[in-house]
Amino acid sequence: MFVVNHKKIFVILSALLVLASIVLVFVRGLNIGIDFTGGALLEVSYAENMPDLESVKVLVPEAESIRQVGADGYSIKTRFLTDAEREELIGKLIEQNSSMTVKKFSSVGPVVGQELRNKSILALIILLIATIIYVAISFRKVSKPVSSLWYGLIAIVTLMHDVIIPVGVFALFGLQVDILFVTALLAILGFSVNDTIVIFDRIREQLNDNKENNILEPFGVIVGRSLTQTMARSINTSLTVFIALAVLLVLGGEATYTFILALAIGVVAGSYSSIFLASPLLVYIASWQKKK
Amino acid sequence: MLAASIGLGYFLLVRGDFKLGLDLAGGTELIYEADTGDVSPEDVGSSMQALRDVIERRVNLFGVSEPVVQVETSSLVSGSEMHRLVVELPGVTDINEAVRLIGETPTLEFKLLTADVATTTGTTTIGSVFTETGLTGKYLERARLEFTGGLVQGIANEPVVALEFNSEGQELFAEITRNNIGSILAIFLDGEPISMPVIREEIITGTAQISGGFTPDEARELVKNLNFGALPIPIELVSTQSIGPTLGEETVQSGILAGIWSFALISIFLIFWYRLPGVIASVTLAIYAVLNLALFLFIPVTLTAAGIAGFILSVGIAVDSNILVFERIKEEVRNGKSIRDAVETGFSRAWTSIRDANITGLISGVVLFWLGTSIVKGFALTLSIGILTSMLTAVVIARTFLLAISSEKISRFFYLTGFNK
Repeated sequence: MFVVNHKKIFVILSALLVLASIVLVFVRGLNIGIDFTGGALLEVSYAENMPDLESVKVLVPEAESIRQVGADGYSIKTRFLTDAEREELIGKLIEQNSSMTVKKFSSVGPVVGQELRNKSILALIILLIATIIYVAISFRKVSKPVSSLWYGLIAIVTLMHDVIIPVGVFALFGLQVDILFVTALLAILGFSVNDTIVIFDRIREQLNDNKENNILEPFGVIVGRSLTQTMARSINTSLTVFIALAVLLVLGGEATYTFILALAIGVVAGSYSSIFLASPLLVYIASWQKKK
Repeated sequence: MLAASIGLGYFLLVRGDFKLGLDLAGGTELIYEADTGDVSPEDVGSSMQALRDVIERRVNLFGVSEPVVQVETSSLVSGSEMHRLVVELPGVTDINEAVRLIGETPTLEFKLLTADVATTTGTTTIGSVFTETGLTGKYLERARLEFTGGLVQGIANEPVVALEFNSEGQELFAEITRNNIGSILAIFLDGEPISMPVIREEIITGTAQISGGFTPDEARELVKNLNFGALPIPIELVSTQSIGPTLGEETVQSGILAGIWSFALISIFLIFWYRLPGVIASVTLAIYAVLNLALFLFIPVTLTAAGIAGFILSVGIAVDSNILVFERIKEEVRNGKSIRDAVETGFSRAWTSIRDANITGLISGVVLFWLGTSIVKGFALTLSIGILTSMLTAVVIARTFLLAISSEKISRFFYLTGFNK
């Protein structure tokens, strides 16, 4: 069927996207938030007469970055501030413009930051491993023509694809990578594998049916048919989740904007990978194994 | 059943007192690291607990509503063990004030209750007047929990707190007790009296027993607190997060609005695509949402911005289970089964898919919960609860409804695409 017949194109497309994302990360770098590097982030807004960026820069020379946030505020990022230093900074800003209010302040010591970073990476790895194990066990009875381990491994490949692409997008637009972003990634992992499993599940069922009825069919045909049968369901599900996310993007506050964005990209990537990546890969593995 | 849940839902939303996380209610989170270098390993646990209690008492003194003070030990990823104290102060947005509340070293004092408490004529004023004795925590060497064996005052095995003063303290204590037999020597921790024993005799040994009808737990508490007064652990502020109230409010408003809109849009989609079963799905979804909200209220789950997002997300996912079943039913019907049979088979065959898919989601939730700060935990929790309830509603409730309506004549209304026998 359509997807299986053109599997080469789809796999190559995915590979390109992943490659592009990785390159972007190295070339543009990631805007890593203070959650992981340690440092301080001060978000302020002005009720009136907001001073322009340059004058704030002059006032806070030690700031690593100052960005405008919304129509009336700035986000100032510096190294870790002690109490006294923070008071001083706020004092200076109020002196400049007395209508300033502090919307949000975060200060993370370097050790805490690094710990969080390590924990995040560990969490991602644990999740990937747990998924392989679960899928392999779940599909252990379906070892022909592709061994169950391969189902697990392919699931992982699609997951990595789903995760690398949001990272690439964030690198492209210089969006902040913080603990919420990692949360989004883990959530994407959690339910992207959903889609993939449903399709695999259908393939498994067909294989079992064929075994019972002693029907022999090329694996590619089975996969193709499974895809057709599950296509509606797959797309509908992702669509409903996407609707929920889109609404949140539009109506949700700025506090969670990048978080929702990461989730949305992940859901789209996940849907794509289940249909256009996982199954073609399965067929490839099957024919490769047959050749051996 | 339907009416009941809609009523419940309305009630919850309007009157429900949801527990709001710091990023929604506004507030401050402070993380302190305790320098346990000077404390011997077996005392660390109890010292941290004592530290926690003292700080909680201080925070409560200032009337912060529902503060959270927790000990956190992290060792897994950082090699050496680090002990931290996490303090969450909802509603406190002045960081300076918050830090000041906490930063002072705890004080232990012994004060005498003066014998003549004046009662003014007519009205009784209960005023205890205490005089300082000059005996404070810095003279205390150690406090220990002991049980009196035998017949001290006729009570066997009564828990008492044994105090041991250093040499200066010993002298001072002797003087105080010599001159004030029969009076009450109150023990103050951080300005609050925690025990008011009576001085029975002069004590020159520099040791004392405080016995006053303690339960073993009370005695243990006291020992802990006294030791802490004597050995404070230095603490250092390593992380601050403070969110102003207006930002939080905005987020809540937009969250609610987003929730309502998603629900509306998803329902429209479902009804459009699946017709009558779609209506059932929407109703199931409504019940699902209400169920979740009820759980959030009663457990209780602290809602954060990410948490609300997690909930709305799980609404999208909950639909998944329903869709799985519907598609399966469509297929069974296409294969020639009667409506009723198709519904039955549809559910049972879809179950394995639902189970597998949701378990992976749950694994993700568990990992997130372990990883995260309180903000992340909120997300993990709402997502996991969402997945669990969705399994429940999809299988149990939807099935009941569908079976109820699946007679041949209504089946005309099924599916946009109709079906061919």
